[in-house]
Amino acid sequence: MIEFQLITAESPSQAVQLATSSKTAQQGADVRFVAGGTTLIDLMKLDVESPTTVIDINRLDLAKVEKQADGTLRIGALVRNSDLAHNSDVARDYPLLSQALLSGASAQLRNMASTGGNLLQRTRCPYFRDLAYSECNKRIPGSGCAAIGGLNRTHAILGTSEHCIATHPSDMAVAMMALEAVVHVKNAADERDIAIGDFYLVPGTTPQNENVLKPGDLITYVTLPTATPNAKSHYLKLRDRASYEFALASAAVLLQSEGGRIRKARVALGGVGTKPWRSVAAEHALEGKSPSEAHFRAAADAALRDAKPQSGNRYKIELSKRCIIRALSVAAAQA
Amino acid sequence: MSRQKGQDVKPKTSPERLSRRDFLSQASTVGVAGAAATLAGPIAAAVSEPLSQQTTVDGATVIPGTVPVTLRVNGETHHVRIDPRATILDTLRETLNLTGTKKGCDHGQCGACTVHINGRRVNSCLTFAAMHQHDEITTIEGIGRPGNLNPMQAAFVEQDGFQCGYCTSGQIMSAVAMLQEPWGPEDKDVQEAMAGNICRCGAYPNIVAAVQQVRGNGRRNG
Repeated sequence: MIEFQLITAESPSQAVQLATSSKTAQQGADVRFVAGGTTLIDLMKLDVESPTTVIDINRLDLAKVEKQADGTLRIGALVRNSDLAHNSDVARDYPLLSQALLSGASAQLRNMASTGGNLLQRTRCPYFRDLAYSECNKRIPGSGCAAIGGLNRTHAILGTSEHCIATHPSDMAVAMMALEAVVHVKNAADERDIAIGDFYLVPGTTPQNENVLKPGDLITYVTLPTATPNAKSHYLKLRDRASYEFALASAAVLLQSEGGRIRKARVALGGVGTKPWRSVAAEHALEGKSPSEAHFRAAADAALRDAKPQSGNRYKIELSKRCIIRALSVAAAQA
Repeated sequence: MSRQKGQDVKPKTSPERLSRRDFLSQASTVGVAGAAATLAGPIAAAVSEPLSQQTTVDGATVIPGTVPVTLRVNGETHHVRIDPRATILDTLRETLNLTGTKKGCDHGQCGACTVHINGRRVNSCLTFAAMHQHDEITTIEGIGRPGNLNPMQAAFVEQDGFQCGYCTSGQIMSAVAMLQEPWGPEDKDVQEAMAGNICRCGAYPNIVAAVQQVRGNGRRNG
């Protein structure tokens, strides 16, 4: 780990002011905010992240979950994953989010990891995390991708490019995609609201850029829209061991039915995409239909229609489909 | 990952590069001095500086190089100087000589370093000590002593919840914190709650039995 200057920010405006000079808010940033530290410090130890200035934002007043007058739920960026999962409003109105959060990491990590930090989790691609590999377009733009043709059993099949096939590892963000969360960002000039569907970038030719954040941007809140009435939802995570492991495939699904027909469907996938992956095609395949396994299967087929498998992860297409079908079946069976 | 502190590191090409033994010996000396400083008033005054002498940028506290920090560990206040890169784990072991907390993976993947911060269990390897000057840190040394074991420590002994013992302090700190968290009563709930603590000896059934004994859900006692 290289030396850095640690600064404790006392206010959001001070924090963003201090970060404005960073050359980027993406890979290679020389200024980083630290909240829980569970991603950043891990990657600093590996020298994958090497900020020269680290701004501790833990003292900022951003650790509350607040029901708003309009029925939306405002989640402070510093709310810890464990606190968010067990928050009474979240557990009652957005059980999908609680489930996703509790399926991620361990109890210790959930006590540390923040809402804002979880959105910004970095990929677990072993070639990204290990400087011994010189080929990683995400770390070193233009260097190549060691995962393509390498060990890529855990890599993405959706949203990939010939430059990068790394998966986004978050469970929380997958549920937030299905719940259509809004990310609030503050910088020195203004504040803006970004629909989570517009927050992440696919790798394309610039896999070093993972989201729309610019230098000095600080995530301050995430807002969940008013909960869908009579929604049935389920988060299903499939992985190599029963707990404390990243998803090989996961699905966050939400169904609202009326008169035996699905009126509203939301389907988002984890473990298979280069970003938390919402499938509008699957949602369209469900809406207006009856909640039957045949329609669930059609939705799963639609979700994976554009999947591009690599040498070692063709199994993920079928795994992801079965994950979607199972999640929809479990949700539909709820009382 | 490089664990050496900045001032100790010589370029790898240098013929004078510190040997591991030299480094450990030196680190140990520093550790003892640090611990002594916390016990002796005049020495403590010499190694720590009042917060008011820290420089500021735009009103924010700036911590360049090795920095003076005040840490609360097991109810005691320690004034020490540390590298900002030092995690709580490294500070406990190498500066405060509290070696009950173990370094396993050093990346939040094994749980051996679990301590409590303000009563909540965390991986002490993944957070910088300088970020916790206002927090109460509790380690395995703070929850029980020989002759006066914490009930969870006693249960681990009774249920044989370990073999080599390296993960045990993390397991016990995790288990103690788990008692304050909303988990169900079943063995499977304990397994999920304790998933962040890896035991490569595979003492899991006995660990679950120890935790369940303390929770009053024991089924394998006697």
